[in-house]
Amino acid sequence: VILRRVLIANRGEIAVRVLRTCQRLGIETVLAVSAADADSVPAQLADKTIAIGSYLNVEGVVAATVAAGADAIHPGYGFLSENPRLARACEAAGVVFIGPSADVLEAAGDKLAARRHAAAAGLPVLPGGLVESREAGVAGETSEAEETGGAGGTGGVIGLAGRLGYPVLVKAAGGGGGRGLRVVRDPGQLGEAVAVASAEALAAFSDPRVYLERYVSPARHVEVQVLGDGENVIHLGDRDCSVQRRYQKLVEEAPAPLLGETLRVGMRAAAVALGLHLKYQGLGTVEFLVDPERSAFWFLEVNARIQVEHPVTEAVTGLDLVEEQIAVAEGRGLRLSQASVRLDGHAIECRINAEDPAAGFRPSPGTVTSAVFPAGPGLRVDTHIQAGSAVPPQYDSLLAKLVAHGADRAQAVNRLRGALDRCEIGGVATTLPLHAALAADEEFAAGGVELGFLEGWLGRETRSVRDHQHA
Amino acid sequence: MDLNSLTQDDVADILALLDSLPYDELDLETPRFRLTLRRTPGGWTQAAEVRSAPTALTPASRDADEVSGTGKAAADGGSAQAETASMEHRCRPSSIDAPSMSFERVPGEAGGEAGAREADGELVPVRAPLPGTFYRAPRPGAAPFVEVGSRVDADTVIGIVETMKLMNSVPAGVAGTVAEFCVANAEFAAHGATLLRIRADR
Repeated sequence: VILRRVLIANRGEIAVRVLRTCQRLGIETVLAVSAADADSVPAQLADKTIAIGSYLNVEGVVAATVAAGADAIHPGYGFLSENPRLARACEAAGVVFIGPSADVLEAAGDKLAARRHAAAAGLPVLPGGLVESREAGVAGETSEAEETGGAGGTGGVIGLAGRLGYPVLVKAAGGGGGRGLRVVRDPGQLGEAVAVASAEALAAFSDPRVYLERYVSPARHVEVQVLGDGENVIHLGDRDCSVQRRYQKLVEEAPAPLLGETLRVGMRAAAVALGLHLKYQGLGTVEFLVDPERSAFWFLEVNARIQVEHPVTEAVTGLDLVEEQIAVAEGRGLRLSQASVRLDGHAIECRINAEDPAAGFRPSPGTVTSAVFPAGPGLRVDTHIQAGSAVPPQYDSLLAKLVAHGADRAQAVNRLRGALDRCEIGGVATTLPLHAALAADEEFAAGGVELGFLEGWLGRETRSVRDHQHA
Repeated sequence: MDLNSLTQDDVADILALLDSLPYDELDLETPRFRLTLRRTPGGWTQAAEVRSAPTALTPASRDADEVSGTGKAAADGGSAQAETASMEHRCRPSSIDAPSMSFERVPGEAGGEAGAREADGELVPVRAPLPGTFYRAPRPGAAPFVEVGSRVDADTVIGIVETMKLMNSVPAGVAGTVAEFCVANAEFAAHGATLLRIRADR
């Protein structure tokens, strides 16, 4: 099939990102918009818009696609992007879903199923297991949990945690995005952590199942970009996303710095092996936890969609990943061989969010009064905001992604520093000051920081600011 | 450069030209967009503005009666249209530039409290710490944190305000008895909107 008209079922910067490629390829775009987004920048850039009530309504999105006469849906990331129901509804409606098959989405979306697939494909998986549902049946926020009491014993889960060894990580089976995640350091906290994680998971994913996994620290988050056509699977290099706060990625880079070559080659091969095992079709990411000291890695999960941080991979490969997604969706098969994928230089991305780092990362919805971004060699800005743009409270806080690419990591860091100095967003609080301070930090500049780095760094920064104020 | 009809590559080409010229600013304006490039000591900056009106296939759901697109949608998309209509109902007032403002309607805040004020304890409002969706229960289907008549302490959680996907627990802030709710479950609350009132202990 040749796609002539694509409905984009998303908003924000990724909507603009997908629009751009479609327009370059001569594909007509229809953007699904909620009432709050009817006059957004992406709505203005799209060839057409069509009103939907919610980006989360499968029937609504498919009906809008049919009504718009579009022959495909691009779901972006988040929202319905990994929802197998949408993929199946597309099939039923004779519409192309630009993403993996419904079966793969099901396998990847259920973290426990994904673990089983990874193990079957020969990938190292962290020890862990499902928490029986009656043990996770308590739900509530902090004080509420005590009030409703610990229904059901925690003998089974305590036994499991004991076998894994503390600390353990409580994770949501239907989860992702850091929700439903809890680190538990002793048995006394286990019952409540399981209950809270289960409640969060139910609220966020309509699936209360949680499981335990061995907690590895210090560790790094390294992921491998894969692309498949159902038969052939290749990798497009790796990314490091270890700069996180509360499991939310803030800075990502490609390739992962200071990774031993054996480790790097092993992870890339493992990601391809899993892709082949799943008969993966489309763009996906295999996430790993890396223990750099022991040169060990373990499978974490599969993200069966385009990711927020995909521009760093585009920078070093020179590819347009949305274009590759469309090519696979058109059934054209992989246009690239592994040998033809060349990695060039180093790229770093900063997520500029409408959050106030000086106030505990409090969300800062409102109206953007000014938006000035850097321009120049090696720089890319993906954004959906301009002066006058609304930042509505009901959606996530990502305003823009700044990507700096250089011949090597040192040049990328240098360009990033200069670029951050030229960013200016008014009207809402943003994470820009955090990124500027982080880019100037020596430990970050050295590269290869682990997952605990940012939280520790934030603690030191807060203290140093306080000391300045008292001096 | 993703904010106007020019691509990132176009902007790079323009910058390459500008770099060799003695100009420090380029202001490019068309009916559809405006692009401002400025030379600063550290390098170039860009500010873009798109100004084309969106082309809505449906009448942008301004009017709940007209939301269906072509004939087929009306048949296939019953639920979608229903959802559009209800969303529209909630967001109707206010300007498009600031959708968040349209949620600042706080039911019950203005009226229906005169009688309550006359009773003995002082009525203390509990306000939304952030703009967002107010939830009275920890999860769908669960018992509410508190009901009218519930006894609360200062640190009793009375609800959750969800802002940008983050759940913020709201403490009562004062000991007393819940007198009335001013925002219904799952409704939007503006920053500082009164969520409920507590008759404080004396």
